[in-house]
Amino acid sequence: MNAPSLFLDGLPVPFSAGQTIMEAATVAGIFIPHLCHHPEFKPQGSCKLCTVKANGRYVSACTMPAKDGMEVENNSPDLNDKRRTLLQMLFVEGNHFCPSCEKSGNCLLQALAYELEMLTPHFTQFYPDRPVDASHPDVLLDFNRCILCELCVRASRDVDHKNVFALSGRGIGKHLIVNAESGRLADTGFSLADKAAHVCPVGVILEKRQGFLQPIGCRRYDLQPIGMQVGRPPATGSNGQGS
Amino acid sequence: MNPPVGQRKLRLATTSLAGCFGCHMSLLDIDERLFALLDRVDLDRSPLTDTKHCGPCDIGLIEGGICNAENVHVLREFRQQCKVLIALGACAVNGGLPAQRNHLDLGQCLQEVYRTGPGIVGGQVPNDPELPLPLNQVHPVHEVVRIDYFIPGCPPSGDAIWKFLTDLLDGRTPRLGHPLLHFD
Repeated sequence: MNAPSLFLDGLPVPFSAGQTIMEAATVAGIFIPHLCHHPEFKPQGSCKLCTVKANGRYVSACTMPAKDGMEVENNSPDLNDKRRTLLQMLFVEGNHFCPSCEKSGNCLLQALAYELEMLTPHFTQFYPDRPVDASHPDVLLDFNRCILCELCVRASRDVDHKNVFALSGRGIGKHLIVNAESGRLADTGFSLADKAAHVCPVGVILEKRQGFLQPIGCRRYDLQPIGMQVGRPPATGSNGQGS
Repeated sequence: MNPPVGQRKLRLATTSLAGCFGCHMSLLDIDERLFALLDRVDLDRSPLTDTKHCGPCDIGLIEGGICNAENVHVLREFRQQCKVLIALGACAVNGGLPAQRNHLDLGQCLQEVYRTGPGIVGGQVPNDPELPLPLNQVHPVHEVVRIDYFIPGCPPSGDAIWKFLTDLLDGRTPRLGHPLLHFD
């Protein structure tokens, strides 16, 4: 019996039982844009960047199990327009001033904006003012760049078993918090060796004294667009970015 | 690069609002291609011509965001006069560096810069009536007028500006792919 396969933009993509559309596409070397998905963590499907059309319905590729014969639309103008709009909303909601960000060039949000050719944030800027937390000796937190992907929350809870991070509030008031009575990172058991120190896709969790060791222009997504890096292992170090 | 026979030269205007002139430096970075560009366009208002007002133009390049009342007037003049208006660089596209003051109180900013900051003795906040009044917040240009195209980057490279302008002049949809599209 042939291995089951789905059709991604018309191309047959084989998969094994239990794989999601995202996993099948990644193995096949096909890029599906994503922010909150990380191959090492249980998917939660919250960012909606990986939205595809499976058998005519919009679904999150990172949570939808692959089915034999499923017709999946991925790289289409309709879906990429919607994804670009999601990115624009994320860009205006935070303070994503790339020229001053240490993560620039290694940032997943920025790399997706390049990939989907987002030339303008389009919407009215929020210009949030969220205090940074520089209390920890090795790590700086800049909450103004948080996109609420919960990767640090999941890493700290599920891998480090420390529960350092959480999301608090609802709707537009939702924000990342540090789980300490003082609210300061220094007053938690957080350390640079934690998984949570290295999963932030944007420039919130930054290792101190590393900022510009690697010059801008020579970084991961400066060298090659994200769409051509499918299946590559995540770089190590807090400036690297997991795929 | 000469304009096709029978086609007039286009008029190009440029300005720097709340910017650092870095984008204009980048425009000059197209180096000898400036000659090819000037075969196809005449410059109207621009820091390069020092013309003070913008006449009817085909293309307007706006560097910088909007940080004071004069910026708003200049931007509106450009929008009135230019058929195609392009936001050039990070500050025009999203406010950029000047917009990093947006969460600070403007009055306190002025006090600290001109009166209470380190090393200042007997300073006062400039109040010459000729000085344009600063806005409470710095805004990207598309929040004030309609913008047709955006070229991000801090600054966009000379190659990016060249690619964009030549696409436009040749009647193609301007497009910046990897590695020309950059936000930093």
